[in-house]
Amino acid sequence: MSDTPEDLYYASSHEWVKPGDDGIATVGISDYAQTELGDVVFVELPESNSQVSARDEVSVVESVKTASDIYAPVSGEIIAVNELLNDSPETINSSPYENGWIFKIHLSNEEELKELLSAEEYRENYED
Amino acid sequence: MAVSSADDLQHTPLYTLHGELSARMVPFAGYSMPVQYAGVKAEHLHTREMAGLFDVSHMGQVLVRGVQAAQQLEALVPMDLIDLPINKQIYSLLTNIEGGIIDDLMICRWEEETFFLVVNAACKINDLALLEAQLEGLTVELLEDKALVAVQGPKAVTVIAAIFPESQTLTFMTGCHADFDGSPVYITRAGYTGEDGFEISLPGSSAEAFCRELLDFEEIAPVGLGARDTLRLEAGLCLYGHDMNESITPMTADLQWSISKARRIGGSRPGGFTGAEVILDEMDKGTAEKRVGLAVNGRAPVREGAELVDVSGNSIGRVTSGGFGPSMDAPIAMGYVGTSFCSLGTQIHAMVRGKALPVTVNSLPFIPHNYVR
Repeated sequence: MSDTPEDLYYASSHEWVKPGDDGIATVGISDYAQTELGDVVFVELPESNSQVSARDEVSVVESVKTASDIYAPVSGEIIAVNELLNDSPETINSSPYENGWIFKIHLSNEEELKELLSAEEYRENYED
Repeated sequence: MAVSSADDLQHTPLYTLHGELSARMVPFAGYSMPVQYAGVKAEHLHTREMAGLFDVSHMGQVLVRGVQAAQQLEALVPMDLIDLPINKQIYSLLTNIEGGIIDDLMICRWEEETFFLVVNAACKINDLALLEAQLEGLTVELLEDKALVAVQGPKAVTVIAAIFPESQTLTFMTGCHADFDGSPVYITRAGYTGEDGFEISLPGSSAEAFCRELLDFEEIAPVGLGARDTLRLEAGLCLYGHDMNESITPMTADLQWSISKARRIGGSRPGGFTGAEVILDEMDKGTAEKRVGLAVNGRAPVREGAELVDVSGNSIGRVTSGGFGPSMDAPIAMGYVGTSFCSLGTQIHAMVRGKALPVTVNSLPFIPHNYVR
């Protein structure tokens, strides 16, 4: 069974969003997604200080098997990317919700969070 | 037979065991096949360090028998079969009239007039039709009730010799008959990983018991198609339908070693196989393109389909296999480039998501072969 923390928001494209108190959210990919991808060998990080809209392709996670596009689950400005993934992309496998985060985004519209899935909805989504 | 609906996928005799081993199953050439168990990287590294167990029962096992079997088969492949010793196996190619590759296959002489062929799963129906149409008066039999199991890696010999003592004397590309619990098996010392190893053909009804016995050895772990692909890519081995197809010739694919001396110009039986005119002419004059290994300079994998360009951005070829090599701990690829770009060390670029990534023409294999000759 995949781990799906209750306190996160999820996109149907398998990204998770963790909003902070400061209008800044952290984004990564779910445990289910990293399991499906298998051994991650490369992450093409988004560009810092870039403006993105929800559902834009912003990053690519490559496993031994395949390449998978990562979409911005919300709109805003990307203010930080996880440089650790340049040297240790496998961190996405070992710690998808903590050390394996991909980028931080300054939300331009917090209302967009409501359009994302809860943990329960996300589980139902991928278990189908 | 290849089918589209998941429900109609064929199962190998090891299907139940794959389920028990929690394999992730995928459709492949009409079969439901295990793509991974513990994970591609772990399975790959285990094979290189210990030994991996592969179910390759989806491949076509064909017996060709009858009067002048060697002479007749020589009309279809550019190898010397007339002089092939009994229990010796060779790698060969079925070619078309334009010299293109219809399939690659293993041919092993079981008896003077009996040959055992292993062909690609996706090609077996076509191959069978071709063999039946071209071989007059010979029996061509698809061994549908047989399983094929590969055991690959440095520890393979320990395990296989424990079960089949007669296998100890085998060297690379030789085979012998043996017995597993009263069932007839045929063992060859060969494989598709670059490692020492064996392929065991045995009745489907005995396959599960045989594999359970193999898995009792601590050296053995099950390995899926995912790692089979990364292992063969590091070993510089072609995958049919990707690195070879009906419009790619043996010389373009850099497989001149798969054309016996006897069948070349100046040999004892030059030509006389389908496409010989084109292939022998290319041996003499060269080809416009060549298959090459590609070392990727960065960390981003370069995958099948990526365009290859020269330093000025002109298209010079394409990637036909690419991904991450776990033993190399780096992305690696194979592809075709114009012959003027095929010298080792040539710097070119692969186009990935609109970016030109530097790649270097590299010798093949990436990882040295460990065959026991």
